[in-house]
Amino acid sequence: MKFSVVVNEGPYTHQAVDSAYQFIRAALEAGHEIFRIFFYHDGVNNGTRLTTPPQDDRHIVNRWSELASEHDLDLVVCVAAAQRRGIVDPDEAKRNSKDSDNIAPGFRISGLGQLIEAGIESDRLLVFGD
Amino acid sequence: MLHTVNKSPFESSSLKTCISLARGGSDVLLIEDGVYGALNGSTHTALLTEALGQVRVYALGPDLKARGLSEDKLIPGIEVVGYDGFVELACANDKIQNWL
Amino acid sequence: MSEAKKFMYINRHAPCGTVYAVEGLEVVLIGAAFEQNVCMAFIGDGVFQLKQNQDTADTGIKNFSPAYRALGDYEVNRLYVERESLEERGLTEDELMPLTWEDEDDDWAEKPSLYIVDRAQLSDLIEEQDIILNF
Repeated sequence: MKFSVVVNEGPYTHQAVDSAYQFIRAALEAGHEIFRIFFYHDGVNNGTRLTTPPQDDRHIVNRWSELASEHDLDLVVCVAAAQRRGIVDPDEAKRNSKDSDNIAPGFRISGLGQLIEAGIESDRLLVFGD
Repeated sequence: MLHTVNKSPFESSSLKTCISLARGGSDVLLIEDGVYGALNGSTHTALLTEALGQVRVYALGPDLKARGLSEDKLIPGIEVVGYDGFVELACANDKIQNWL
Repeated sequence: MSEAKKFMYINRHAPCGTVYAVEGLEVVLIGAAFEQNVCMAFIGDGVFQLKQNQDTADTGIKNFSPAYRALGDYEVNRLYVERESLEERGLTEDELMPLTWEDEDDDWAEKPSLYIVDRAQLSDLIEEQDIILNF
Protein backbone atom coordinates (compact mmCIF):
# COMPACT_ATOMS: atom_id res chain seq x y z
CA MET A 1 0.00 0.00 0.00
CA LYS A 2 1.27 3.48 -0.87
CA PHE A 3 0.53 6.02 1.88
CA SER A 4 0.88 9.76 2.07
CA VAL A 5 0.52 11.67 5.32
CA VAL A 6 -0.32 15.31 5.99
CA VAL A 7 0.95 16.85 9.24
CA ASN A 8 -0.89 20.01 10.20
CA GLU A 9 0.53 20.86 13.60
CA GLY A 10 3.88 21.94 14.92
CA PRO A 11 6.17 19.90 17.15
CA TYR A 12 5.23 19.51 20.83
CA THR A 13 2.07 21.64 20.69
CA HIS A 14 -0.17 18.82 19.55
CA GLN A 15 0.12 15.04 19.62
CA ALA A 16 -0.76 14.96 15.94
CA VAL A 17 2.93 15.12 15.08
CA ASP A 18 3.72 12.10 17.24
CA SER A 19 0.72 10.15 15.95
CA ALA A 20 1.84 10.79 12.37
CA TYR A 21 5.35 9.64 13.15
CA GLN A 22 4.22 6.45 14.91
CA PHE A 23 1.76 5.63 12.13
CA ILE A 24 4.45 6.09 9.48
CA ARG A 25 6.89 3.88 11.40
CA ALA A 26 4.27 1.17 11.77
CA ALA A 27 3.43 1.38 8.07
CA LEU A 28 7.11 1.08 7.12
CA GLU A 29 7.57 -1.85 9.51
CA ALA A 30 4.64 -3.58 7.84
CA GLY A 31 6.37 -3.19 4.48
CA HIS A 32 4.26 -0.36 3.07
CA GLU A 33 5.53 2.57 1.03
CA ILE A 34 5.34 6.19 2.15
CA PHE A 35 4.97 8.35 -0.98
CA ARG A 36 5.18 11.73 0.75
CA ILE A 37 4.82 13.45 4.10
CA PHE A 38 3.41 16.93 3.60
CA PHE A 39 3.64 19.58 6.30
CA TYR A 40 0.96 22.28 6.26
CA HIS A 41 -0.38 24.99 8.60
CA ASP A 42 1.83 25.00 11.73
CA GLY A 43 3.15 21.62 10.60
CA VAL A 44 5.85 23.51 8.70
CA ASN A 45 7.47 24.16 12.08
CA ASN A 46 8.58 20.54 12.07
CA GLY A 47 11.10 21.64 9.45
CA THR A 48 13.30 24.03 11.43
CA ARG A 49 16.71 22.79 12.46
CA LEU A 50 16.91 25.34 15.29
CA THR A 51 14.92 23.55 17.99
CA THR A 52 16.56 22.62 21.30
CA PRO A 53 14.11 20.41 23.15
CA PRO A 54 14.94 19.11 26.64
CA GLN A 55 17.49 16.30 26.44
CA ASP A 56 15.23 13.79 28.17
CA ASP A 57 12.45 14.24 25.62
CA ARG A 58 12.11 13.18 21.99
CA HIS A 59 13.77 15.42 19.42
CA ILE A 60 10.90 15.68 16.98
CA VAL A 61 12.72 17.49 14.17
CA ASN A 62 15.75 15.21 14.27
CA ARG A 63 13.43 12.23 14.43
CA TRP A 64 11.89 13.26 11.11
CA SER A 65 15.32 13.86 9.52
CA GLU A 66 16.58 10.46 10.70
CA LEU A 67 13.48 8.62 9.52
CA ALA A 68 13.69 10.35 6.15
CA SER A 69 17.34 9.43 5.81
CA GLU A 70 16.83 5.81 6.86
CA HIS A 71 13.88 5.21 4.53
CA ASP A 72 14.48 7.78 1.77
CA LEU A 73 11.27 9.64 2.60
CA ASP A 74 10.03 12.80 0.88
CA LEU A 75 9.39 15.43 3.57
CA VAL A 76 7.74 18.45 1.95
CA VAL A 77 7.06 21.73 3.71
CA CYS A 78 4.44 23.93 2.05
CA VAL A 79 6.05 27.11 0.73
CA ALA A 80 3.10 29.44 1.44
CA ALA A 81 2.70 28.21 5.02
CA ALA A 82 6.48 28.24 5.50
CA GLN A 83 6.78 31.83 4.34
CA ARG A 84 4.13 32.90 6.86
CA ARG A 85 5.90 31.13 9.69
CA GLY A 86 9.55 31.73 8.83
CA ILE A 87 10.75 28.31 7.70
CA VAL A 88 13.35 29.09 5.10
CA ASP A 89 15.75 27.17 2.87
CA PRO A 90 18.74 28.80 1.13
CA ASP A 91 16.77 29.52 -2.08
CA GLU A 92 13.88 31.07 -0.19
CA ALA A 93 16.32 33.11 1.91
CA LYS A 94 17.87 34.54 -1.25
CA ARG A 95 14.53 35.09 -2.96
CA ASN A 96 13.01 36.92 -0.01
CA SER A 97 16.16 38.70 1.21
CA LYS A 98 16.41 36.90 4.53
CA ASP A 99 19.72 36.92 6.38
CA SER A 100 19.72 33.16 6.98
CA ASP A 101 17.88 29.91 6.42
CA ASN A 102 16.74 27.34 8.98
CA ILE A 103 15.47 24.28 7.13
CA ALA A 104 16.28 20.95 8.77
CA PRO A 105 18.05 18.11 6.92
CA GLY A 106 15.81 15.92 4.83
CA PHE A 107 13.07 18.54 4.36
CA ARG A 108 12.36 20.42 1.14
CA ILE A 109 10.09 23.39 0.55
CA SER A 110 7.56 23.16 -2.26
CA GLY A 111 4.07 24.14 -3.33
CA LEU A 112 0.59 22.94 -2.40
CA GLY A 113 0.51 21.02 -5.66
CA GLN A 114 2.69 18.44 -3.91
CA LEU A 115 -0.18 17.77 -1.50
CA ILE A 116 -2.68 17.29 -4.30
CA GLU A 117 -0.23 15.06 -6.17
CA ALA A 118 0.22 12.99 -3.01
CA GLY A 119 -3.55 12.48 -2.90
CA ILE A 120 -3.66 11.50 -6.56
CA GLU A 121 -0.66 9.15 -6.53
CA SER A 122 -1.18 7.41 -3.17
CA ASP A 123 -3.54 4.61 -2.26
CA ARG A 124 -4.35 6.23 1.07
CA LEU A 125 -3.96 9.77 2.40
CA LEU A 126 -4.11 10.45 6.15
CA VAL A 127 -4.25 13.80 7.89
CA PHE A 128 -2.95 14.40 11.41
CA GLY A 129 -3.84 17.75 12.96
CA ASP A 130 -5.72 19.69 15.58
CA MET B 1 -14.58 4.02 5.31
CA LEU B 2 -12.22 4.46 8.22
CA HIS B 3 -13.04 7.45 10.41
CA THR B 4 -10.57 8.64 13.02
CA VAL B 5 -11.46 11.04 15.82
CA ASN B 6 -8.75 12.76 17.83
CA LYS B 7 -10.78 15.03 20.07
CA SER B 8 -12.29 14.36 23.45
CA PRO B 9 -16.11 14.55 23.27
CA PHE B 10 -15.95 16.74 26.39
CA GLU B 11 -13.97 19.34 24.44
CA SER B 12 -15.28 19.12 20.89
CA SER B 13 -18.21 18.05 18.77
CA SER B 14 -15.96 16.01 16.45
CA LEU B 15 -17.06 12.62 17.77
CA LYS B 16 -20.73 13.55 17.54
CA THR B 17 -20.24 14.88 13.99
CA CYS B 18 -18.34 11.75 13.01
CA ILE B 19 -21.01 9.40 14.34
CA SER B 20 -23.81 11.43 12.76
CA LEU B 21 -22.17 11.20 9.33
CA ALA B 22 -20.51 7.77 9.37
CA ARG B 23 -22.38 5.17 7.37
CA GLY B 24 -23.27 1.76 8.73
CA GLY B 25 -20.42 -0.71 8.36
CA SER B 26 -17.73 1.95 8.84
CA ASP B 27 -14.77 1.64 11.18
CA VAL B 28 -14.29 4.40 13.76
CA LEU B 29 -10.89 4.66 15.45
CA LEU B 30 -10.39 6.90 18.47
CA ILE B 31 -6.88 8.31 18.75
CA GLU B 32 -5.09 10.92 20.87
CA ASP B 33 -7.59 12.72 23.14
CA GLY B 34 -10.35 10.99 21.18
CA VAL B 35 -9.84 7.90 23.34
CA TYR B 36 -11.70 9.66 26.16
CA GLY B 37 -14.81 9.04 24.07
CA ALA B 38 -14.38 5.33 24.79
CA LEU B 39 -14.93 5.73 28.53
CA ASN B 40 -17.86 3.86 30.03
CA GLY B 41 -20.15 5.66 32.44
CA SER B 42 -19.63 9.16 31.07
CA THR B 43 -22.20 11.64 29.79
CA HIS B 44 -21.05 10.76 26.25
CA THR B 45 -21.16 6.98 26.62
CA ALA B 46 -24.59 6.65 25.03
CA LEU B 47 -23.37 8.18 21.76
CA LEU B 48 -20.95 5.33 21.10
CA THR B 49 -23.02 2.61 22.76
CA GLU B 50 -25.80 3.32 20.28
CA ALA B 51 -23.39 3.64 17.37
CA LEU B 52 -21.85 0.22 18.09
CA GLY B 53 -24.84 -1.40 16.47
CA GLN B 54 -23.97 0.29 13.15
CA VAL B 55 -20.22 0.82 13.14
CA ARG B 56 -17.16 -0.92 14.58
CA VAL B 57 -15.35 1.22 17.15
CA TYR B 58 -11.68 0.94 18.05
CA ALA B 59 -9.44 2.81 20.48
CA LEU B 60 -5.69 3.22 20.06
CA GLY B 61 -3.96 1.31 22.85
CA PRO B 62 -0.85 3.48 23.23
CA ASP B 63 -3.08 6.57 23.64
CA LEU B 64 -5.22 4.83 26.30
CA LYS B 65 -2.13 3.70 28.18
CA ALA B 66 -0.54 7.14 27.95
CA ARG B 67 -3.63 8.57 29.64
CA GLY B 68 -3.86 5.92 32.36
CA LEU B 69 -7.06 4.43 30.93
CA SER B 70 -7.31 0.69 31.39
CA GLU B 71 -9.35 -1.47 29.03
CA ASP B 72 -11.84 -2.38 31.76
CA LYS B 73 -12.91 1.28 31.86
CA LEU B 74 -14.02 1.22 28.23
CA ILE B 75 -17.46 0.78 26.73
CA PRO B 76 -17.93 -2.95 26.06
CA GLY B 77 -17.58 -3.75 22.38
CA ILE B 78 -14.78 -1.26 21.71
CA GLU B 79 -11.66 -3.05 20.45
CA VAL B 80 -8.20 -1.82 21.40
CA VAL B 81 -5.55 -1.77 18.65
CA GLY B 82 -1.93 -0.62 18.37
CA TYR B 83 -0.34 1.46 15.62
CA ASP B 84 0.03 -1.73 13.59
CA GLY B 85 -3.75 -2.18 13.90
CA PHE B 86 -4.20 1.44 12.84
CA VAL B 87 -2.21 0.69 9.69
CA GLU B 88 -4.28 -2.45 9.05
CA LEU B 89 -7.51 -0.48 9.39
CA ALA B 90 -6.17 2.10 6.94
CA CYS B 91 -5.40 -0.69 4.47
CA ALA B 92 -8.70 -2.49 4.95
CA ASN B 93 -10.79 0.59 4.19
CA ASP B 94 -10.70 2.16 0.71
CA LYS B 95 -11.21 5.63 2.09
CA ILE B 96 -10.22 7.51 5.20
CA GLN B 97 -11.76 10.50 6.92
CA ASN B 98 -9.70 12.02 9.73
CA TRP B 99 -12.01 14.13 11.90
CA LEU B 100 -9.93 16.79 13.60
CA MET C 1 -2.68 10.88 -15.59
CA SER C 2 -5.01 8.20 -14.25
CA GLU C 3 -8.74 8.78 -13.85
CA ALA C 4 -9.65 11.89 -11.84
CA LYS C 5 -10.18 11.29 -8.15
CA LYS C 6 -13.01 12.78 -6.15
CA PHE C 7 -11.68 15.29 -3.63
CA MET C 8 -13.85 16.70 -0.87
CA TYR C 9 -12.59 19.52 1.31
CA ILE C 10 -14.51 19.56 4.60
CA ASN C 11 -14.55 22.88 6.43
CA ARG C 12 -15.47 22.81 10.10
CA HIS C 13 -13.72 25.90 11.46
CA ALA C 14 -15.19 29.37 11.70
CA PRO C 15 -13.29 32.13 9.91
CA CYS C 16 -10.93 34.50 11.74
CA GLY C 17 -10.44 32.58 15.00
CA THR C 18 -7.91 30.28 13.38
CA VAL C 19 -6.01 30.15 10.07
CA TYR C 20 -7.58 26.87 8.95
CA ALA C 21 -10.33 28.41 6.80
CA VAL C 22 -7.87 30.60 4.89
CA GLU C 23 -5.18 27.99 4.36
CA GLY C 24 -7.87 25.47 3.49
CA LEU C 25 -9.17 27.75 0.77
CA GLU C 26 -5.63 28.08 -0.61
CA VAL C 27 -5.43 24.31 -1.01
CA VAL C 28 -8.74 24.25 -2.86
CA LEU C 29 -7.74 27.04 -5.25
CA ILE C 30 -4.31 25.55 -6.00
CA GLY C 31 -5.76 22.06 -6.22
CA ALA C 32 -8.30 23.22 -8.80
CA ALA C 33 -5.52 23.28 -11.40
CA PHE C 34 -5.13 19.50 -11.19
CA GLU C 35 -8.35 18.65 -13.03
CA GLN C 36 -9.69 16.40 -10.32
CA ASN C 37 -13.32 16.19 -9.29
CA VAL C 38 -13.55 18.74 -6.46
CA CYS C 39 -16.25 19.76 -4.02
CA MET C 40 -16.40 21.42 -0.60
CA ALA C 41 -18.50 20.75 2.47
CA PHE C 42 -19.23 23.18 5.29
CA ILE C 43 -20.16 21.56 8.57
CA GLY C 44 -20.48 22.84 12.13
CA ASP C 45 -18.85 26.25 12.58
CA GLY C 46 -17.53 25.93 9.02
CA VAL C 47 -20.84 27.34 7.78
CA PHE C 48 -19.80 30.68 9.27
CA GLN C 49 -17.07 30.93 6.60
CA LEU C 50 -19.83 31.65 4.08
CA LYS C 51 -21.55 34.38 6.09
CA GLN C 52 -22.09 37.64 4.21
CA ASN C 53 -20.77 41.02 5.33
CA GLN C 54 -17.59 39.92 7.02
CA ASP C 55 -15.56 43.04 7.83
CA THR C 56 -12.26 42.40 9.56
CA ALA C 57 -10.94 45.98 9.37
CA ASP C 58 -11.00 46.69 13.10
CA THR C 59 -9.19 43.45 13.96
CA GLY C 60 -6.23 44.13 11.67
CA ILE C 61 -6.70 40.71 10.07
CA LYS C 62 -6.98 40.45 6.30
CA ASN C 63 -10.51 39.80 5.07
CA PHE C 64 -10.39 36.57 3.05
CA SER C 65 -14.12 36.20 2.51
CA PRO C 66 -14.06 37.79 -0.99
CA ALA C 67 -11.77 34.93 -2.11
CA TYR C 68 -14.71 32.50 -1.94
CA ARG C 69 -16.17 34.30 -4.98
CA ALA C 70 -13.21 33.06 -7.05
CA LEU C 71 -14.15 29.44 -6.52
CA GLY C 72 -16.58 29.48 -9.42
CA ASP C 73 -13.87 30.75 -11.77
CA TYR C 74 -11.72 27.79 -10.69
CA GLU C 75 -14.56 25.37 -11.49
CA VAL C 76 -15.17 24.60 -7.82
CA ASN C 77 -18.92 24.92 -8.02
CA ARG C 78 -20.30 22.39 -5.58
CA LEU C 79 -20.25 23.80 -2.08
CA TYR C 80 -22.38 21.66 0.22
CA VAL C 81 -23.65 23.36 3.36
CA GLU C 82 -25.10 21.20 6.11
CA ARG C 83 -28.66 22.29 6.89
CA GLU C 84 -28.55 21.14 10.50
CA SER C 85 -25.39 23.19 11.12
CA LEU C 86 -27.13 26.30 9.82
CA GLU C 87 -30.23 25.67 11.93
CA GLU C 88 -28.22 25.01 15.09
CA ARG C 89 -26.61 28.40 14.59
CA GLY C 90 -29.80 30.27 13.70
CA LEU C 91 -28.48 31.01 10.20
CA THR C 92 -30.57 31.09 7.05
CA GLU C 93 -29.44 30.56 3.48
CA ASP C 94 -30.02 34.19 2.54
CA GLU C 95 -27.41 35.25 5.10
CA LEU C 96 -24.75 33.34 3.16
CA MET C 97 -22.69 34.80 0.32
CA PRO C 98 -24.55 34.20 -2.97
CA LEU C 99 -21.67 32.33 -4.63
CA THR C 100 -22.14 31.48 -8.29
CA TRP C 101 -20.35 30.00 -11.29
CA GLU C 102 -20.76 30.40 -15.04
CA ASP C 103 -21.72 27.29 -16.95
CA GLU C 104 -19.94 27.39 -20.32
CA ASP C 105 -22.10 24.46 -21.48
CA ASP C 106 -25.22 26.56 -20.93
CA ASP C 107 -24.27 29.79 -22.67
CA TRP C 108 -22.33 30.97 -19.60
CA ALA C 109 -25.50 31.07 -17.51
CA GLU C 110 -24.80 32.07 -13.92
CA LYS C 111 -25.76 29.33 -11.48
CA PRO C 112 -25.60 29.01 -7.70
CA SER C 113 -22.69 27.08 -6.20
CA LEU C 114 -24.17 26.54 -2.75
CA TYR C 115 -26.25 23.46 -2.05
CA ILE C 116 -27.97 23.19 1.32
CA VAL C 117 -28.02 19.50 2.15
CA ASP C 118 -29.19 17.62 5.18
CA ARG C 119 -27.00 15.36 7.25
CA ALA C 120 -28.14 12.17 5.53
CA GLN C 121 -27.37 13.58 2.08
CA LEU C 122 -24.00 14.81 3.30
CA SER C 123 -23.21 11.36 4.65
CA ASP C 124 -23.87 9.91 1.20
CA LEU C 125 -21.72 12.58 -0.43
CA ILE C 126 -18.81 11.91 1.93
CA GLU C 127 -19.02 8.20 1.20
CA GLU C 128 -18.62 8.90 -2.54
CA GLN C 129 -15.28 10.65 -2.20
CA ASP C 130 -11.82 9.21 -2.81
CA ILE C 131 -9.84 11.77 -0.81
CA ILE C 132 -11.13 13.88 2.05
CA LEU C 133 -9.17 16.76 3.52
CA ASN C 134 -10.35 18.61 6.63
CA PHE C 135 -9.79 22.23 7.42
